[in-house]
Amino acid sequence: MQPILRVENLSKVYEGGFTALRDVNLELRQGEIFALLGPNGAGKTTLISIICGLVNPSAGKVEVAGHDIIADYRAARAQIGLVPQELKTDSFETVWATVSFSRGLFGKKRNDAHIERVLKELSLWDKKDNKIMTLSGGMKRRVLIAKALSHEPRVLFLDEPTAGVDVELRRDMWRLVRQLREDGVTIILTTHYLEEAEEMADRIGVIRKGDLMLVEEKTALMRQFGQKRLTIHLNAPLSAIPAALGGHGLALGADGRDLVLSYATGAGEAPVSNVLRGLAMAGIAYNDLETHQSSLEDIFVELMREHA
Amino acid sequence: MNLHAIKAIYLFEMARTWRTLLQSVVSPVISTALYFIVFGSAIGGHMAPIDGVEYGAFIVPGLIMLTLLTQSISNASFGIYFPRFIGTIYEVLSAPISYVEIVIGYVGAAATKSMMLGLIILATSTFFVNVRVDHPVWMLGFLVLTAVTFSLFGFIIGIWADNFEKLQMIPLLVVTPLTFLGGSFYSIDMLPPFWRSVTLFNPVVYLVSGFRWSFFGVSDVHIAVSLGMTLVFLAACLVAVWWIFKTGYRLKS
Repeated sequence: MQPILRVENLSKVYEGGFTALRDVNLELRQGEIFALLGPNGAGKTTLISIICGLVNPSAGKVEVAGHDIIADYRAARAQIGLVPQELKTDSFETVWATVSFSRGLFGKKRNDAHIERVLKELSLWDKKDNKIMTLSGGMKRRVLIAKALSHEPRVLFLDEPTAGVDVELRRDMWRLVRQLREDGVTIILTTHYLEEAEEMADRIGVIRKGDLMLVEEKTALMRQFGQKRLTIHLNAPLSAIPAALGGHGLALGADGRDLVLSYATGAGEAPVSNVLRGLAMAGIAYNDLETHQSSLEDIFVELMREHA
Repeated sequence: MNLHAIKAIYLFEMARTWRTLLQSVVSPVISTALYFIVFGSAIGGHMAPIDGVEYGAFIVPGLIMLTLLTQSISNASFGIYFPRFIGTIYEVLSAPISYVEIVIGYVGAAATKSMMLGLIILATSTFFVNVRVDHPVWMLGFLVLTAVTFSLFGFIIGIWADNFEKLQMIPLLVVTPLTFLGGSFYSIDMLPPFWRSVTLFNPVVYLVSGFRWSFFGVSDVHIAVSLGMTLVFLAACLVAVWWIFKTGYRLKS
């Protein structure tokens, strides 16, 4: 199946010599949610800006639904909706007028029913006649999303969409994003909230200093890089790990009351059952067990540290 | 051609005119009416006719041209500068729309507004002076050509400017003086020979002269020269706009 977005050997060197992207390659499938993660200045916004036509690439090629973004920019851009990171909105226009303007700008015939549906989905319908300047920051963010959806894009870029928005709006956005995916829209999400990427994304890309270091299915990434930790709270403190429990990779807590086992997420049940069996055989009693699985945030921090 | 996009930009820009009717339409009309009262009726009554045309009527084409130039520039420059200033230009630049279509939308709206004003001022002038239009087709032709040319010029200023001071600089420091010294209120034949020669380097002379010819059949320079110079300026603006979009100057990095 043809990818909805194909990026080949894309590089960007700004005037002054700053390299924002180095030889980036990426393919996205239709209807997936792709989270692009990276620290500030990693190149996330540059990548999105090139795909959307806001920044000129220095080298490489990008296709959207098979259309080259330069040679066939009309067809390529018609597929794309962009919600920028900053709240860039008009002030004196009404919500209805600005969303309708966006639809026209993208070459689509007037369709009041569609605009109404989008505004209702974003809880903006009762604000449709309000001037944008009267809206709160969260509402303005919804307006930007409505503008991006006004022309029914197949690819939607959400650049830090939940930065500075309240919990309710964040949940509304997650619901909307899932709905869009069910409708076949491909969503590219950049976010600083890694729990958001963990919750939403099908695949994760990690970019650092212009290098797309890693692109992986989220579940595979969690399995490959994730760690689990089992903490066993003992009835009586130990001064050292008994010889019978050697070879399991256990560590003793500072006060001797906890045994800690770290193992890979994909290692299955064997490490845990082996340790528990060893404890029973050594006659060591325990009163509680606690497990912790590393989050995407832990993995991200670890990846950044490894490649620092 | 993305006609929906052109229409969207055009209507969006025109909507600003209706929202700010007082500033956009009423204010320039009142200013020009004051010119008619002061120069046309009060002072003009003591002036001898120029080339057989009453002074009050003689200044009508110049006053329309003054409004046409300043309004074309300010409308077009503000129209493109403001989205750049607040950041909403991202939407236009990421839309499936060609540079030509962007220019048609913004410049078309700016030119429409200034032509509307020009015609309103012409209508207003009839309340103060007896004015006639000998060549109405040429008059409309010059009106359209000048409005489009100077809206393009304003568009270029709106792209070039990176603050509000620069946005005002060219219209205030260059265009307005050139218009006042370009024969809006007098015939350049009234100037001493040296200053007459100097004035011929002022492009506004050709615009006012050609426009005045369409009203009264009298001009400072031949109509063909006026038309030619206007077309040259139009071509220069088109080349500058083409270069802006080709290089992404102040729009894309």
